Amino acid sequence: MSHAGATSAEALSVHALTSAAKDVLEGAFPKLWVRGEVSGYKKYPSGHWYFTLKDADAQIASVVWKGSTGRIREQPEDGLQVRAYGQLTVWPTTGKMQFVVTAMEADGEGLWQKRFDETKARLEKDGLLDAARKRALPRFPRTVAVITSSEAAALRDVIAVIGRRNPGVHVVVIPAAVQGDAAPESLLAALDRLARWVRGTAEWQGTVIPAPEVLIIGRGGGSREDLWAFNHEGVARAIAVCPIPTISAVGHETDVTIADLVADLRAATPSVAAEHAVPVLADVRELVTQLAGMMADGLQDRVEVARRGLDRRADALTRRAQLVVERRRVRIDRVAARLAPQGPRAVERRRARVETLGAMLEARSPLAVFARGFAVARGANGATLSQREAFIPGTPFDLLLRDGRVRATTDSVHADAPHLRTDA
Amino acid sequence: MTFEQTLLRLEQIAASLDRDDLPLEEALTLFEEGITRLREASAALADADGKVRTLIEQSDGVFEAKE
Repeated sequence: MSHAGATSAEALSVHALTSAAKDVLEGAFPKLWVRGEVSGYKKYPSGHWYFTLKDADAQIASVVWKGSTGRIREQPEDGLQVRAYGQLTVWPTTGKMQFVVTAMEADGEGLWQKRFDETKARLEKDGLLDAARKRALPRFPRTVAVITSSEAAALRDVIAVIGRRNPGVHVVVIPAAVQGDAAPESLLAALDRLARWVRGTAEWQGTVIPAPEVLIIGRGGGSREDLWAFNHEGVARAIAVCPIPTISAVGHETDVTIADLVADLRAATPSVAAEHAVPVLADVRELVTQLAGMMADGLQDRVEVARRGLDRRADALTRRAQLVVERRRVRIDRVAARLAPQGPRAVERRRARVETLGAMLEARSPLAVFARGFAVARGANGATLSQREAFIPGTPFDLLLRDGRVRATTDSVHADAPHLRTDA
Repeated sequence: MTFEQTLLRLEQIAASLDRDDLPLEEALTLFEEGITRLREASAALADADGKVRTLIEQSDGVFEAKE
């Protein structure tokens, strides 16, 4: 059976050969994934990327045409393990076999991690990841802003959780695309809108609602590629300068994005973010009640302290008055002492003398005479009858005794009496 | 004053009233303010009618919040 180039006369042109080889190769190999290590990577001014994919035993020249590079997140670099998707072909100009890559991902974390680390390093250098930058969330926000896709389950979760915890809180949704090529720009626009609103530079039509005090930005779970907008450096920087505190909630617990690193708080999921953003209404009521009680108690204590203070001052005044009186008394005593130069001993001597005199007087008192058993006779005119001539027989007189008086009448008068006897 | 600020002020007042060295005159003034703030907070809490709105920006930079 004859075929092209079977005889010398039917010799093919080189171009015909390589073109035929290209057709055969492309027919034999559908587009497929190949894994290997990038080597000799070079980006040409034309915009095409050239490199070799190799492993320990083999290698193949590879290219990414300029038109495909946009779909690949990051330029590969030498030594990177990748999985490349493309078409095996022959490049007629050189006659070499070539792998034309249209999609590529790092094998394992490679490319993504590299880009993530680079973005993170730049933000870190600018201080945007400093723990000191983290702002405290408001504890009692009245309005919460949410930037996410308006269609997503994440938004429904946030609204449900906030409504359950505190139905008095307003939720304002600023819709944005959260995945795909347009997502970073859409997120940036939403953040810008929020900033203009909070700074009060936006004009309003209709109802004006209280400006939001906290932002929840994020999305539900998805592939790494789905979440990639939240690793966008511009988005991260916009979150960092957001005028209100931010909570990021991207994907699931295990997904950590650049947005999570710059946000004031990273929540594992959108539902958790809503829990962080809004306190339970009953708890707030309880707090208000407690504060009212504390204030009342505090004031009562304060009044009590003031009353005690008043008491103390009254006591102090009394004490001072006593002191003044005491001082005056001492002074008066001193003056009195000066006025009596003999001093206390002279007073004492006088007192002793007075006592002696008293005793003498007492001894001479008529009453003392009565006490010894004597009586005094007194006439009607009150005169003492001390001689016998004063007694006239038949005339009454009084006899004064120790304990009374006797009315008597003179019976007879005699010149002799026993007490006058001197001969005995 | 936002609800947040009202509650923070209330907490400050309660803490001040708890201090032993606060003059009575000042305590009474603070207490009066506290009562006013308490009323504000209670009124805000009674207004448990939050709404979900979507922020829409007209092309001319004018905002609207649609329910």
